[in-house]
Amino acid sequence: MRLVVDLNRCQGYAQCAFLAPDVFAMHGEESLLYNPHAEAAQREQVLRAATACPVQAILVEDPDAAPGAAEDELSHVR
Amino acid sequence: MSGDGALERLRREGRIVIVGASLAGLRAAETLRKEGFTGSLTLIGDEPHEPYDRPPLSKQVLLGHASADRTELPRMRGLDADWRLGVAAAGLDMADRRVRLADGDEVEYDRLLITTGVRARPWPHPAEAELDGVFVLRTRDDAARLQRRLAASPRRVLVIGAGFTGSEIASACRERGLPVTVAERGAAPLVGALGGVIGQVAAELQRAHGVDLRCGIMVTGLEGDSAGRLRRAHLSDGTTLDTDVAVVSLGATRNTEWLAGSGLGAGPRGIACDAGCRAFDVRGIVTDDVFVAGDVARSPHAIFGYQFLSLEHWGNAVAQAATAAHNMISSSSERRPHLWVPAFWSSQFGVNIKSVGVPSLGEEVIVAQGSLAERRFTGVYGYQDRVIAAVSFDQTKWLEFYQRQIETAAPFPPEYSSVNRRPEGLRPVPADFPDPSLPTHGPSVTVSGYSPTDQRITFTPARG
Amino acid sequence: MTQETLLRQIIDYDNRADPYPLYAELRKTPVRQEGDELFVVSTYWEIKSLLHDPRISSDARNLSPGAAGTLLQEEEASPLPPSFLRLDPPEHDRLRRMTMRPFGPPETPRRIHNMRGELARIVTDLIDGFGDRKQVDIVDDFSYPFPVTVICRLLGVPREDEARFHTWADTIAAGLDPAPGQDAGEQHRVTQQARTELGMYLSGLIDERSGAPGDDMLSELVTQHGPDGQMTRAELLSTASLLLIAGHETTVNLITNGMLTLLRNPEVLGRLREDARLAVPLVEELLRFEPPVQLLPQRTTLADIDIAGTTIPEGASVWLVLASGNRDPQRFPDPDRFDPDRKDIQHLGFGSGIHNCFGAPLARLEAQLALTELTRRLDGPRLVEDPPPYRQNAVLRGPRHLNVAFDGLRS
Repeated sequence: MRLVVDLNRCQGYAQCAFLAPDVFAMHGEESLLYNPHAEAAQREQVLRAATACPVQAILVEDPDAAPGAAEDELSHVR
Repeated sequence: MSGDGALERLRREGRIVIVGASLAGLRAAETLRKEGFTGSLTLIGDEPHEPYDRPPLSKQVLLGHASADRTELPRMRGLDADWRLGVAAAGLDMADRRVRLADGDEVEYDRLLITTGVRARPWPHPAEAELDGVFVLRTRDDAARLQRRLAASPRRVLVIGAGFTGSEIASACRERGLPVTVAERGAAPLVGALGGVIGQVAAELQRAHGVDLRCGIMVTGLEGDSAGRLRRAHLSDGTTLDTDVAVVSLGATRNTEWLAGSGLGAGPRGIACDAGCRAFDVRGIVTDDVFVAGDVARSPHAIFGYQFLSLEHWGNAVAQAATAAHNMISSSSERRPHLWVPAFWSSQFGVNIKSVGVPSLGEEVIVAQGSLAERRFTGVYGYQDRVIAAVSFDQTKWLEFYQRQIETAAPFPPEYSSVNRRPEGLRPVPADFPDPSLPTHGPSVTVSGYSPTDQRITFTPARG
Repeated sequence: MTQETLLRQIIDYDNRADPYPLYAELRKTPVRQEGDELFVVSTYWEIKSLLHDPRISSDARNLSPGAAGTLLQEEEASPLPPSFLRLDPPEHDRLRRMTMRPFGPPETPRRIHNMRGELARIVTDLIDGFGDRKQVDIVDDFSYPFPVTVICRLLGVPREDEARFHTWADTIAAGLDPAPGQDAGEQHRVTQQARTELGMYLSGLIDERSGAPGDDMLSELVTQHGPDGQMTRAELLSTASLLLIAGHETTVNLITNGMLTLLRNPEVLGRLREDARLAVPLVEELLRFEPPVQLLPQRTTLADIDIAGTTIPEGASVWLVLASGNRDPQRFPDPDRFDPDRKDIQHLGFGSGIHNCFGAPLARLEAQLALTELTRRLDGPRLVEDPPPYRQNAVLRGPRHLNVAFDGLRS
């Protein structure tokens, strides 16, 4: 599954790196490095991370989501 | 604008063409669909790939933590677009509303959005640029090639230019344990984007991580062996450096050549547009049906004295694309200005560098929180007694406060007490940006005065 | 309604079960002056902005003597130095970084992730412990013991000492929450006694771990030699106590509030039973809807701050009412509805900015697991009384008991 993190929005709370350590990693105190292409087996981890992100910076294209869900996920308000 | 009926027809069955199928193009397409555009949507891209994300290329990908061919951007479902990938746009006929493609095909439009972005500035000597071992880094193919070469453990990597990309490449090389030399013609890394005071911190950061950093040095030539493999670089101080990899990080060139002769106000500085993303033609008259967004656009910004800004920023591409798309299918009273406050990030040597505003406009800088020596700080830039920008090294959680300071034109220097204010933060110092008439490597913001058709340029400076 | 009576009403125990109408009243004046030196901030954007404002201090030493930040004054009596919760940068940043090293990324990215199996076993054991009963108190039988057990395992408290640890935790928690009519002096003495005993116990454990470190968090805190150096003994003790107390109380409330909310929203409870994945967004909505920390009463201004048409003067005490910001209709549509499908929940349940909840990822996992398993295993659960009896504390707000009747346990 494809994902992208808006790193302007990211403030280094590191919730994703705790909750989905196979996909997201902190590099130093607050830099986030992530794999933009997570494996299907990592789906639950990724969704857990995206949901917990305090600044909602993680955008996921989830092939298994219900129709319409992706559109919602792709829209952010500040 | 034509009457409401025409707008409704456009939204229902119009033809929208987007030239440039990267981040800005994709986000614009998604916005168009989200806002109810049901007509035909064509995306034209010169690379054969679906839209992919570039920031990981100089970080995760070079480190081997992610694959260069797996950074495609998430896409909204039901985009229902006609993708013309792997074929560049070659010309524009504004009168007949037609984009000509490199393969001779033509695509007609009712509204056109140009998001052709930039490309890496190549090494200026073509024969040397051809040497095996000389790289640039802009596309995913570039990244894949460079990553493969780094994985083969070269004896030394030479990075030419210490802007953000060059510094990130040097960082990845050091993390891979490779010897790295960085040659920067300016006084310090990042000096064009952040000035000499902060640049000095970046220099110390590089050296602390074992980079052989040489500032005030130009690479005057690249020399190959008989098999055409890079083996040596010649430097402006008369010395040579044995190296088998050189990465040219001299900033970017805007992709506007295809618009030559079209009558659009496009040149080496990009394409001028109004705050609503409508392109200007060469006469300085705004067009109704041609819009611009992303790295290739330059547009007036209210917070910065309505000067035209070119922003090679990920966030700018996202925000401007959404504004352009909205405006393309809206009546004039519903249009919105692109008022995004510039922001960017860079991850290098384990430090998160983030900025808001336009640091290169700053005359002075003050360390509002933390300490330069600890490399954890927030620097605030002032211009004409107001806050114009801020940069943080590993202090991103404070940055939104300074963004509001910029938006509200708060006075500079800040007089209030705050947490973690150190003695060094009690008075501002000159920000020490290089003379704008002198070239530096890899600027990411260009301020280009008021003229919508300004085309004077030889080498993209940090500002000017 | 005058301003002062409104704040008094919020603190008044009679309104503990439902303070939300009072918060709505508060939000009519986003920044409300309550007496000379106390300002109450109740709207989302204003709270958010002050949480990121470097002119705001968390260090109680910056409070002017008259400022009324006395809700959590028990910490002042402690002989230990302030924990990082109550410090500003750079001390805060240094201590928090050092505490993070053995807890999470970048140095220890998998500790919490790897505890998932153990958390699940603790939950299962606690629910199995309900036995043949047809009614349990979710607080005493589940929400209390669960996080204490977790923190013991995390810190590396030996199993045989866990019971003593539970006792101290309970006593200290009760001290945060004086019951009406109880002898305050006696209560204080008992609490201080528990703190002292806990401190002595931890001190002994620190000695043990420095000689023979294990892979637990305390061992790593004791032995670390990172770029920030080592913690002093006093810093170790206040950090360990902080992890215990801050991590415990709040998680108890999060789980209990979650169960209460689910039982009040049977449709959501049914969905969670069908699909455990719902627990993830559900816990985020819960953190918005019923945050375990209702307000932050310990901030103070280092300079005059103009906000929402008011100037908060330097040295004032500022209360940030997180639970009210979470119900701000300017930010969240239909804010009084519990809706786990809500998009874009950027709640204030864990605060924001540099003092954001240290244990947030652990709390999330604990609540997700607890609510999923309670929902799955309790057959026909129903509230015995609604509202349940609440604890005294207005800040760490939650039920004292949550009696739930059910028809039996599923396996």
